[in-house]
Amino acid sequence: MNREQVSRTLQQHGAAMVLGVLVIVGSLAFDSFATPENAASVVVSSSFLAIIAIGMTFVIISGGIDLSVGSLFVLGGVLAAYGSRSGPLVALLLPLAVCGAVGLLQGLVIARTGMAPFIVTLAGLLGVRGLMLAISDEGATTYLVEDRAFAALGQGQLLGLSYPVYVTAALALAAMVLLQRTGFGQNVYAIGGNEQAAALMGVPVARTKVYVYVMSGLLAGLAGALNAARLSSGVTILGIGLELDAIAAVVIGGTLLTGGAGGITGSVAGVLLLGVIQSLINQVGSLTSAFQQVVSGAFLAFVVVAQRLLSKAQRLT
Amino acid sequence: MRRTELTADSVAGPEPVLEARGVTKRFPGVLALDGVSLALRPGEVHALVGENGAGKSTLIKVFTGVYRPDGGELRYRGAPAAFATPMDAQHAGISTIYQEVNLVPMMSVARNLLLGREPRGRFGVIDAAAMYGEAERVLAGYGVETDVRRPLRTLGVGAQQMVALARAVSVDARVVIMDEPTSSLEPREVETLFGVIAKLRERGIAVMYVSHRLDELYRVCDRVTVLRDGRLAHTGPLAGLDRLRLIALMLGRDLDEVRSAGLTSFDRAGQPRANGQAPVVEARGLTRRHVLDGVDVSVRPGEVVGLGGLLGAGRTETAKAIVGALPLDGGQVLVAGAPLRGGSTAAAIRAGVSLLPEDRKAEGIIPTLSVRENIALAALPALGRAGVVSEARIDKVVEIFMRRLRIKAASPHQLVSELSGGNQQKVLLARWLAVRPKVLLLDEPTRGIDVGAKAEVQALIDELAREGLGVLLISSDLEELVEGADRILVLREGAVVGELSGDEVTEERIMATIAEQADG
Repeated sequence: MNREQVSRTLQQHGAAMVLGVLVIVGSLAFDSFATPENAASVVVSSSFLAIIAIGMTFVIISGGIDLSVGSLFVLGGVLAAYGSRSGPLVALLLPLAVCGAVGLLQGLVIARTGMAPFIVTLAGLLGVRGLMLAISDEGATTYLVEDRAFAALGQGQLLGLSYPVYVTAALALAAMVLLQRTGFGQNVYAIGGNEQAAALMGVPVARTKVYVYVMSGLLAGLAGALNAARLSSGVTILGIGLELDAIAAVVIGGTLLTGGAGGITGSVAGVLLLGVIQSLINQVGSLTSAFQQVVSGAFLAFVVVAQRLLSKAQRLT
Repeated sequence: MRRTELTADSVAGPEPVLEARGVTKRFPGVLALDGVSLALRPGEVHALVGENGAGKSTLIKVFTGVYRPDGGELRYRGAPAAFATPMDAQHAGISTIYQEVNLVPMMSVARNLLLGREPRGRFGVIDAAAMYGEAERVLAGYGVETDVRRPLRTLGVGAQQMVALARAVSVDARVVIMDEPTSSLEPREVETLFGVIAKLRERGIAVMYVSHRLDELYRVCDRVTVLRDGRLAHTGPLAGLDRLRLIALMLGRDLDEVRSAGLTSFDRAGQPRANGQAPVVEARGLTRRHVLDGVDVSVRPGEVVGLGGLLGAGRTETAKAIVGALPLDGGQVLVAGAPLRGGSTAAAIRAGVSLLPEDRKAEGIIPTLSVRENIALAALPALGRAGVVSEARIDKVVEIFMRRLRIKAASPHQLVSELSGGNQQKVLLARWLAVRPKVLLLDEPTRGIDVGAKAEVQALIDELAREGLGVLLISSDLEELVEGADRILVLREGAVVGELSGDEVTEERIMATIAEQADG
């Protein structure tokens, strides 16, 4: 392998490699780390962030950003709990419809007016949080999931792992095919790589952008609904700042914040990496979980600097 | 005369595949195209030439669906056509290769080549193996042998251009428009390109070829259309059209026309002002791949040196290289005999060399600042002590230059964006004069400003030179160049191809020098 290939491999699979190293080190250092229970716990708690990160990967590769997903995650949970009174189907479809609609609105504004995604989705973040507070009487009302079938979607298990893990895996696979093997996926890369060139190459830029934000909204809503099913209630305080975790995971996974390069496997590895770091810090015991954010933040900074250096190395060859 | 020529022309050839009939395109304040007609026939290579602002790019954008004409008709394959987007034009069979490679640098070569028509396997999913195979096969035909999985940006610019070309041609194109396709190609790649063009011609595809390199035009083109100031200046067969005549058409100069004197405000009483003094700035062997090829320029105190040549000949690049704004592969700049080091504009300014850039809006004026702030900007380091700037000294300098250059502004605190183009240009001149340069490089100093302001700027250049400032003047306006400069260096394809001084400084001589065969 020449230098260019090495740097490209590092960029694409660096997160997975670090993840592997951490898992090995953790297993050797702590007896209680490499247990099936702990592994299941990390995987299950990561699955909701992973679903959001999948949508975020598309958004960031297209050159955009979606700050509304944390709020949509919470709103999705509240709506799912609220809708569960009318049966499992409503519990699942209500959050998808509303969150998808918010994504559609944001996508249309971004694609049609050319406004910056940062501002548009920041407005989405604030607006959706307000909507959620209105539904829950400013957090005073907590809706409980009253439908057994819907709760089972979040709590049921297969081979020791709860259903959301399988949903996440299926979504990740579908997203990989969508991104790598369809015209839509190619268009997302092209737009993020060079929007003007993409337009001249005949890529439907506006339509593709709208799809990307709809998808991100739908996935955030779905993650919220699954989380509500798992917790049996639509909790209104969780999910603050989740959009930043999702962005961090995607960037750690090797997707360029400037768009045009990246992938789903990296983002999933990034999510798991954040989960493993948290688990390891819990193992140490003497460190509070607040320390996890310091480590994650430092790691993120490291990755961004490394990416900069790697892409420089690739350009030089 | 021209009309009969046109009619005969259109009767003789086959039915045009793409045609503009009396196309007009208006932008706020500018008539970019004024009743332009152009017919592109299958199997011909048609040159489109003209100076900056002649309307070439606008016409191309009308053909490719980027702009819609305000008047006139666009006809494609015998029927009226209106392309709403570049995509529509592309689907209809009109492909374009842009001067800058318009592909996605981070995507793989194969994906760039085949984006939008990737080979599909089961379930309509892209068949990656087939895609790479096809990409390799297609590119081999263009002399590009590379790993098609690599990101496009790891290829050289020439190879990238070849990928763009292959992409444009391999869609079912009936018309291929090439905008300065050879500007970043190596000679070997140019040969490959010409081979591809020959194949296209055999296949009956119409090629529109935009270039300033006359040698290339005469090698590959059958017919030529000349645009000037948004109007059709000439259209007809290229063979038999004299080079000198072609240049005269582009520049809007009639060779037989008696030269009228004194249209500009230069007052160059005939005697050269340079007086054997040592050059204040001297550039030796400025070289940058594809751009500059060993350019030597020197300016003495009180001398106005003109840079002539067509668009893309390297005039602007030479000026930028002198002030260190263009990275160089080789060459040296001496200011008052001492080499300028570091290749930074700050070093050049400190040494006394300032550039008034061509694009006022993009590279000069800061519209959100006032007249005063715009003038003082470059001089700030000189106007203070230990980094603290004296407001009183700024006020004084600004006042002096506003009066001297007759800048018409309500007050020094008026926003510069509210001034007319001519006054903005004077503000920029003031900015550079405020740093007390030894040499001022002026790139198109009178473009886009009204006649009155133009005369004032020209008179000012004269005055400054008389006071001992060295001036390097770049202008597409031949009259301005001839009457303003003591000496003219003519550039072609990044190299100095002639130096004119004294009685040789005439429009005819400049054009003749540009037209000389590179190898003749």
